[in-house]
Amino acid sequence: MSNAGSTTANHLAREARPHGQPLWLLAELTYKCPLQCPYCSNPLDFAGAGAELSTEEWIDVFRQARAMGAAQLGFSGGEPLVRRDLETLIAEARQLGFYTNLITSGIGLTGQRIAAFREAGLDHIQVSFQAADEEVNNLLAGSKKAFEQKLKIAREVKAQGYPMVLNFVTHKHNIDRIDRIIELCVELEADYVELATCQYYGWAYENREDLLPTRAQLERAERITNEYREKLQAEGNPVKLIFVTPDYYEERPKKCMNGWGEIFLTVTPDGTALPCHSARMLPLEFPNVKDSSIEQIWNESTGFNYFRGDHWMKEPCRSCSEKEQDHGGCRCQAYMMTGDMHAADPVCGKSPDHGLILEARQAAEAEYTESNITFRNERNSREFAKGARGQVEDPRVFARSGSPTD
Amino acid sequence: MSNQLNSAVNGSGQIPALERMFRFQWEPAQQAYVLLYPEGMVKLNQSAGEILSLVDGERSVVDICAALMERFPDAGDLSGDVLEFMEVAREQRWIHYR
Repeated sequence: MSNAGSTTANHLAREARPHGQPLWLLAELTYKCPLQCPYCSNPLDFAGAGAELSTEEWIDVFRQARAMGAAQLGFSGGEPLVRRDLETLIAEARQLGFYTNLITSGIGLTGQRIAAFREAGLDHIQVSFQAADEEVNNLLAGSKKAFEQKLKIAREVKAQGYPMVLNFVTHKHNIDRIDRIIELCVELEADYVELATCQYYGWAYENREDLLPTRAQLERAERITNEYREKLQAEGNPVKLIFVTPDYYEERPKKCMNGWGEIFLTVTPDGTALPCHSARMLPLEFPNVKDSSIEQIWNESTGFNYFRGDHWMKEPCRSCSEKEQDHGGCRCQAYMMTGDMHAADPVCGKSPDHGLILEARQAAEAEYTESNITFRNERNSREFAKGARGQVEDPRVFARSGSPTD
Repeated sequence: MSNQLNSAVNGSGQIPALERMFRFQWEPAQQAYVLLYPEGMVKLNQSAGEILSLVDGERSVVDICAALMERFPDAGDLSGDVLEFMEVAREQRWIHYR
């Protein structure tokens, strides 16, 4: 038996149009996190994941990915600060030539550690905020001191000369305060501000009804953001405001991850390699860096090859004139909403399942009465890992009438 | 040549420096110079890469033109291209003048 004889049509298609290089490596160092954000992108059942990769295993991943062309490295989690070897990992990555990004909540960070990271060669720090308002921020983060700590850390990051990105995940409870959010970012001298509407995967999907803003809220926020852009530009302020809309209000899906297995490689805390940080939910087998080289993973694994090209598409995608633009949308969204990972992303107006998106939009319009939010924490995650659905109600949150940001 | 430049074009005697936000480096896997910045990358074409490789916060625009013409003697007068690129780079906030 010869392998050369087993070339399939799929293989031929792939050879005709080779895939890209893994330019972006996201290293999810740990699932541990002191916060409990209800829109966390980590899998619901993260508590069931295997042991974390060791320092040496991570460094080996960095070396291999760099050799394959990876230039950007994001240290993420969970909360990457929890890893005691973060300084070592940064130093090794920087030495290899990566542009190193620390994506953090800032909780547990000190001026001293920021300086140590600088010493190790860290290029950039992104601090995430939950809201521009102390009370809402702290409730969402599940921590009483989170807001004050974040302000302190953001100032320290700038004082030590780093470029700084501030990331605000927006949703129905904070989006009406977008003006305050932007003003806070300007005051903190952010270089980039990501006003990122929740993407409804993982915990955010579980909490969608508690998070999805109405169309009117979204349009208002976008208008205000545009007004600030003009105002800030006129003032000569170089800050860049990046507004990310939720695709629930689009009629065409996003080209997820710029193409499956085209530029993006995520390695999860236990070494599972994914084409996107949420792909673990799909009924596909994904390789682990403990068993395979990055080259094998990127070029040969079933998981990374599965949605390359368009051989997997069904109607209406297969014959669609726009399939090159959006590639059928997001595979995780298709799977979560329709149960079929080959289906068109329901965001698409041409999808037979588009009604599911319309229903979600309608639900967002309904008057908000009570919260049924599921916080992202170990306890709830263990329930998900066991297969039981752990709905934990917290009456403190959003119990006030009307908009909690008032 | 440099006198001509100095008198003809505003800014040619100025010293460009890379903005602190960006890192400039050669990427062997892409066979290209790139600018790296928070969570992003600009892949530069060959001429942009060659010009930026000479931006070190010490050479003036005139010096950069002279160095390029020495490196690529068959390319003719590159000063127009260099100035044009510097303008783009400044608008993009890749560089500032010291």
